[in-house]
Amino acid sequence: MNKPKRLRQMGFWLVAMIASVLLSGCGSEYIVLNPKGPVAETQYNLIMISVILCAVIVIPVLAITAYIVYRYRDKPDNKAPYQPNWSHNTTLEVIWWGIPVVIIAILGFFTVRDTYALVKPPHTETKPITIQVTSLDWKWMFTYPEQNIATVNYVPIPAGVPVQFEITSDAPMNSFWVPQLAGQTYSMPGMAMGLWMQANEPGEYFGSGANFTGKGFAHMNFKVIAKTQEDFDKWVQEVKGTAPKMSKEDYEKLAEPGTSDRLTYSAFPEGLFEEIVKKYGHGHHHPGGMNHYKNNEEPSTEPNHAEHDMSGMNMDHAPMQLNQSGTNTDSGNILNH
Amino acid sequence: MWENIKDFASTFFVTGDPLIYGADVSIALTMVAIVFVLTKFKKWGWLWREWLTTVDHKKIGIMYLIASLLMLFRGGVDALLMRLQLAFPNVEFLHSEHYNAIFTTHGTIMILFMAMPMMFALFNIVVPLQIGARDVAYPFLNAVSFWMFLFGAMLFNLSFVIGGSPDSGWLAYPPLSELSHSPGVGQNFYIWGIQISGIGSLATGINFLVTILKMRAPGMKLMKMPLFSWSVLSSCITIIFAFPILTVTLALLFIDRFLGAHFFTMTGGGNPMMYVNLIWMWGHPEVYIVVLPAFGIFSEIVATFSKKTIFGYKSMVFAMMVISVLSFFTWVHHFFTMGAGADVNAFFAISTMAIAIPTGVKVFNWLFTMFRGRISIKQPMLWTIAFIPCFLVGGATGVMLAVAPADYQYHNSYFLIAHFHQVLIGGVVFGYLAGIYYWWPKMFGFKLDERLGKWGFWLWNIGFYVCFMPQYALGFMGMTRRLYTYGWDMGWAPLNLVSTIGAFLMGAGFVFQVWQILYSIKHGERDTTGDPWNGRTLEWSIPSPAPLYNFAVVPQVKGADDWWLTKQARENGTAQEEKVQLEPIHMPKNSGIPFIMSACWFVAGFGFVFGWIWMAVVGMIGVALTMWARSFQYDTDYYIPVDEVKRTEASLGRAL
Repeated sequence: MNKPKRLRQMGFWLVAMIASVLLSGCGSEYIVLNPKGPVAETQYNLIMISVILCAVIVIPVLAITAYIVYRYRDKPDNKAPYQPNWSHNTTLEVIWWGIPVVIIAILGFFTVRDTYALVKPPHTETKPITIQVTSLDWKWMFTYPEQNIATVNYVPIPAGVPVQFEITSDAPMNSFWVPQLAGQTYSMPGMAMGLWMQANEPGEYFGSGANFTGKGFAHMNFKVIAKTQEDFDKWVQEVKGTAPKMSKEDYEKLAEPGTSDRLTYSAFPEGLFEEIVKKYGHGHHHPGGMNHYKNNEEPSTEPNHAEHDMSGMNMDHAPMQLNQSGTNTDSGNILNH
Repeated sequence: MWENIKDFASTFFVTGDPLIYGADVSIALTMVAIVFVLTKFKKWGWLWREWLTTVDHKKIGIMYLIASLLMLFRGGVDALLMRLQLAFPNVEFLHSEHYNAIFTTHGTIMILFMAMPMMFALFNIVVPLQIGARDVAYPFLNAVSFWMFLFGAMLFNLSFVIGGSPDSGWLAYPPLSELSHSPGVGQNFYIWGIQISGIGSLATGINFLVTILKMRAPGMKLMKMPLFSWSVLSSCITIIFAFPILTVTLALLFIDRFLGAHFFTMTGGGNPMMYVNLIWMWGHPEVYIVVLPAFGIFSEIVATFSKKTIFGYKSMVFAMMVISVLSFFTWVHHFFTMGAGADVNAFFAISTMAIAIPTGVKVFNWLFTMFRGRISIKQPMLWTIAFIPCFLVGGATGVMLAVAPADYQYHNSYFLIAHFHQVLIGGVVFGYLAGIYYWWPKMFGFKLDERLGKWGFWLWNIGFYVCFMPQYALGFMGMTRRLYTYGWDMGWAPLNLVSTIGAFLMGAGFVFQVWQILYSIKHGERDTTGDPWNGRTLEWSIPSPAPLYNFAVVPQVKGADDWWLTKQARENGTAQEEKVQLEPIHMPKNSGIPFIMSACWFVAGFGFVFGWIWMAVVGMIGVALTMWARSFQYDTDYYIPVDEVKRTEASLGRAL
């Protein structure tokens, strides 16, 4: 087999493999490509836009590469033109500085649009619920401030309702990732990050920690279980009636390194989440990438926390209020105006 | 007493793992073998005079090359162990801590102790020759750099059998890397191994920046300089700005660990996010530091093997400079999901994508260098051609990752792993391998065998795609990085198995390359002309391997492809051969100080790792003493007499 043939074959296999990877995205195991809620759908659409825009460049260039390598190979009987000193052409160079600029400009437009869009709740007409997430060594704790219940390693939510996750960590930084519903956000000690999530329909969705946190990291999976509002309310009542209460000591034990099964609690110590955030000396709530944590219960006491604020945003120290519809109208949304 | 010793020994020597016992035995055997061979053949003096004390950039380059190939082996074995563990669900081959240690050392070694020294090998071997210089600007410092790198790397590697390996990831985010979560000495090994070699890297950056700016042959204006030297220049500028950040970051982390400070711990008012920012302010430019020289290599090879002038020289130079500047404005894309806010994320998303523009331009320029050329596919060109599709796809997935909201899905997933391996293997490793094949005859005077090389090439390439394409898919399936095990339920098993097979194919490719080197030492085609590829730049105008002083007569440079122009002129009979006037050549003297000083750094580093202050003090005193000794060394240079130059040239087949 001669060399260009082998090269062409390599190109063929390359394209075939990429195609099979991309096309097989239709399979249900490819959870990132099977969004089940508006937030993940926005991300999915962006992924598709970027794939198409990249393909516009990559596929023709692959073809050109294969053609050039074949056409200008060094064979005595090759009749293709040979111009050993041809080394400059302004028009050509303007074209290939220009094309990537245009592609990046288009992609940049979509990127910026959705970066801002994802800071807002997916829908404003339904009242969102809040669930607090704490990453521990090596488990996920979910506390429901409105329902006053808590779970470990699974998190039931009402389907069709925007959920505002407030995320922190009482262990090394992790990343809260639910591919089919919301993508991910880091959980960091001393900060409360925000992540909007919504499930279109009832179902169980895979979630995991995406940032390495040591020995038990591989076991930090959880399930987001979307139920109808009715089933969700029923579940809350059931938990209230049957599950044990979480005491301060229970929490301390939970926070110790070790993995855990699913647990359910009918109550948790008041202000537990806020206490965890404050525990790390700052007591400030990070504005979060996607929304602003409403720190109405715990006004910030840290005088100079602005220097830890990467976003450079002007943060409002005053307690925030929820408006009539219950959605946040705090300073985080200033970003979106 | 006996109990104490036993306790100490079991923590000092890592016990309880057959892999580590195996390593202990092989290290011991290798040491014995080396000592035996050196003694038997009475080579200790030779080793000291010719290698350990050398300040010759070409020999230093060769030592860098050997070290980097050994580290490629070590990092590669780490990779294969990980892939074995992940081949099937619920495998109990490595337990969690061991797996964590392995991916940590794999990352650190591959970037800092494999890619960096391989790059420095090529800097050292090629740059002075290519710019028509007789040496680097600071030959003594160059030796210091090499030995600091080597002792740093040895210190890091030692952690595997003594004290325990670091296991908090190759960038060691706190608090995982703080005393609270990593109480062992592994993290100290990480800090001091990198710190000591990092100082060497910074010095190399300065050395080659000055070399390129001040040591070019007369007539070589910057815009007449070969593109590889340009790429080294841009890479060095980036090193000079990036490496001090690393040094400071690691120093702060060590102060946290050792003196109980709180730069990065939340409980005392510090902030781990500060560490993440700092480490990526170094870490992202680092990626471009290693890839820019590869771009330079491809530019040289494409022109040579297409028998054509590089297309768009000015564009190429401009693109590299733009990349080295832009590389400092992208670090936040490593933590889009850290909640920096939409403004910050949007800015860094765009600035990251913007890097694709100059990079894309370079690809087009390479393609149009081949266009209307005559492409002969020898090994260096083979790797260059393989690089193009690989880097295109890797670059495209990089742009996809730069889309901040989409990154909320890719971040820390196998998609990311596949992406950066594709750009780092496809760009950096393929590039450096191409460069090694290309300049090998210049280093050693013989070519590497084509047939074995092709086996290596195809195994590497097929293995690469089989290994990493499934990982993109695994990312879409929700698999995150650094998992040491997973269950059957996610459907990750088949693709992981495929990926493991690919990794072993790449390993087989490496074995073929080792075989190729061993085979070619005996049977490789000898290079008697000094110009085996019909090259274009100055390094091909001198014999292979280059004599100690490189150029008997310093060339007068006329253009970018100076040697090509000379050859053309000779062919056309328009060459003006002047009668050359030989002069004694000024050269630096060898010195044992760099080796001894770096050995003292090693002792100090080892002391710091274990918190043995006496030992650290002894080491630091040693460092200070060697510096003091050097400052009183006045007799540091000599002249090679004209007669000896004539004799050397004659023995290399050149009449002057």
